[in-house]
Amino acid sequence: MLRKLFSFHGGVKPATHKDQSTLDPIAPVPLPERLVIPLHQSVGGQPRPLVQPGERVFKGQRIGAADGSLSSAVHASTSGLVRDIVPAVMPHTSGLTTLSVVIEPDGEDRWGELDKVRFRSTPPDELRDFLRDAGIVGLGGAVFPSHLKLKPGKEGALQTLVINGAECEPFITCDDMLMRERAGDMLKGIIAMRHMLQAREVLIGIEDNKPQAIAAVQAAIAASGETGIEAVAIPTRYPAGGAKQLIRVLTGIEVPHGRRSTDFGVQCFNVGTAYSIFEALELGRPLISRIVTVAGNVDAPRNYEVLIGTPMDHVVRLSGARAGTDRYIMGGPMMGARMPAFDVPVVKATNCILVGSPALFPPPPPEMPCIRCGECAKACPADLAPFEMYWHSRAKNFGKAQEYHLFDCIECGCCSFVCPSHIPLVDYFRFSKSEIWAREREKEAADAARDRFEFKNFRQEREKQEKAEKLAAKAAATREKVGADGAATATASGGAAPAKPSADDAKRALIEAAMEKARQQKAQVQARNTDAADPAVQAEIAAIEARRLASATPPTDSPPSSGA
Amino acid sequence: MLTAILIMTGIALVLGAVLGFASIKFKVEGDPLVDQIDAILPQTQCGQCGFPGCRPYATAIAGGEAEINQCPPGGEEGIRKLADLLGREFKPLSEEHGVEKPKAVAVIDEATCIGCTLCIQACPVDAIVGAAKQMHTIIAADCTGCELCLAPCPVDCISMEPIAETVDTWKWRYPVFAIKQAA
Ligand code: SF4
Ligand code: SF4
Ligand code: SF4
Ligand code: SF4
Repeated sequence: MLRKLFSFHGGVKPATHKDQSTLDPIAPVPLPERLVIPLHQSVGGQPRPLVQPGERVFKGQRIGAADGSLSSAVHASTSGLVRDIVPAVMPHTSGLTTLSVVIEPDGEDRWGELDKVRFRSTPPDELRDFLRDAGIVGLGGAVFPSHLKLKPGKEGALQTLVINGAECEPFITCDDMLMRERAGDMLKGIIAMRHMLQAREVLIGIEDNKPQAIAAVQAAIAASGETGIEAVAIPTRYPAGGAKQLIRVLTGIEVPHGRRSTDFGVQCFNVGTAYSIFEALELGRPLISRIVTVAGNVDAPRNYEVLIGTPMDHVVRLSGARAGTDRYIMGGPMMGARMPAFDVPVVKATNCILVGSPALFPPPPPEMPCIRCGECAKACPADLAPFEMYWHSRAKNFGKAQEYHLFDCIECGCCSFVCPSHIPLVDYFRFSKSEIWAREREKEAADAARDRFEFKNFRQEREKQEKAEKLAAKAAATREKVGADGAATATASGGAAPAKPSADDAKRALIEAAMEKARQQKAQVQARNTDAADPAVQAEIAAIEARRLASATPPTDSPPSSGA
Repeated sequence: MLTAILIMTGIALVLGAVLGFASIKFKVEGDPLVDQIDAILPQTQCGQCGFPGCRPYATAIAGGEAEINQCPPGGEEGIRKLADLLGREFKPLSEEHGVEKPKAVAVIDEATCIGCTLCIQACPVDAIVGAAKQMHTIIAADCTGCELCLAPCPVDCISMEPIAETVDTWKWRYPVFAIKQAA
């Protein structure tokens, strides 16, 4: 039966360069002297280290535990000694470091105890936890934790499970070789995923330049006796392996800007991910190795089964790097990223080590002005207007660039590939995206700071108020006491005071009380001072005091400023 | 363990309520222009602009009492945004108010700190925790890098450290290519 296939907008047909690396079967790699395993290898939180320097580990032992649900575990790729847990240069264009576990292999390559799972009798939640702890992530390059994608969605069942074997990028052949050599086991992984997702049909999309892989997968399907699984040959056109593009080709569904394919009952996984799910469930082996293509400026391009953490140059040596090698690119020539050093480790995202030289990848010709020819828009598989986004990115007018759906750009490089003015459009888009993310982070920080600043002001205001209230309460208490005293004195001295002292009276009473207190204090001090004086002097003092008191009494209604 | 969790939850709830109350009580009656300006200012609250915080500066700009180029943390980009918003001419950062610096956070040398609480009082965003005669420390995530805590410290144990770049904050550089020679 021939399926009706659809086509996606745009796309290009670069030279594929895939033949040389598919001549020989997948080869093993001898153990390197040291494995450097970054803890952070997937989208999401950085796993917590579970081992200490000096500890012995088994092959497959968990060394990093998933941090929350959006995260995935990391394992020791071989048995040996944990030398160190230090920041090490990671395979990323930035050349920054990330916390990594350095393991010195003991050469025995001994597995620890392996837990297997019968997926048909295990509840889905447990299965997902199991896959998270087995470190299963998308091996197509996005390294998104797979357990989060293995949910059937709201309706409880998925319409279509799409398996991505398109492998459209030049030079890369790791998925091709995997399908040729391990189609049967990969299919077991697919069947498990289909079970978890309750998917009605499974479509395995493979570009028609891989006839051997298509034949192998079809043979495996026939041998398994499963129904509703089909391997479909699709036309070779870059980027047919983009998730949205592949879904479009196989099902005709156009996933709109800003929506997810699951909203339309479709979920997409890479063939390598399917194989690692088979290994985890049926062999109990966590994700500790992957197939990596070594191609480009080497004598014998080939695919290798590489332990995670192996230095890239250790693998490249087996293929024989030629003279003039000046860089490694992780991934292909269209979407790959230049590595900061030759000895960065292979990680779960490493599908290809492309060895570059100035002869193979000459420096791009100088950028010329955009002539608005529209070639880029014709080539864009995401149906965007790259020249508009370029214009605004170049002017650092990020808001405008976003209006042209910058974040729907999959950075496939088609636009740069066809641009007659040799404009590195993707570089501008990456620049814009990271600037926009940085601004968003700054905005969040500023909003938080504003809240905290306002709260601090509120707190200070409140403390001031509380202090004032405390003082007022204290004053009121004193006033009451004095009021009572004053009333008592007044009654004793002839009852001139009114029955109900007004506020004014209370104030006056307060002042009088204070003055009385001061007078008493003074009298006491003076008394002490004049204790030893002879009677004549004492009489004189008394006379003076009497005079002073007489002259001081009248101004009681002009209160001294130092009131209570 | 349980009591600790309960206490922490309690504190979180109380503080949340207080914050919510504060946001209602201290809601400045919406002068939309001041809000718009305030949204552009970086909220470092450092006072380098000559006003006690970003919002007072925003109010002053809106009232025509201040220039738009007095905020060093906002830098050139902030001035451009203000110029765009207000339809004024762009002008370079006024030198008397300071220079644009890379973002940094304050760090307390914990061995030297005498626990005087002076820095706590100076910090506009309550990013410093500590009690009298106890060692103080700075919550790096909340520190805006305003440097207001440096001067009050009697033993000079606070220093500013630039924020290190990580993979999550790393940015792609602006593409630079040689200009083709005119023939
Ligand atoms: S292909 Fe290049 S020159 Fe043509 S419109 Fe796009 S960016 Fe401009
Ligand atoms: S890199 Fe982005 S803009 Fe360019 S063709 Fe690909 S999706 Fe379109
Ligand atoms: S100078 Fe400081 S206080 Fe003034 S607006 Fe800028 S960040 Fe805010
Ligand atoms: S800790 Fe110091 S530099 Fe940081 S916000 Fe507070 S006062 Fe400013």
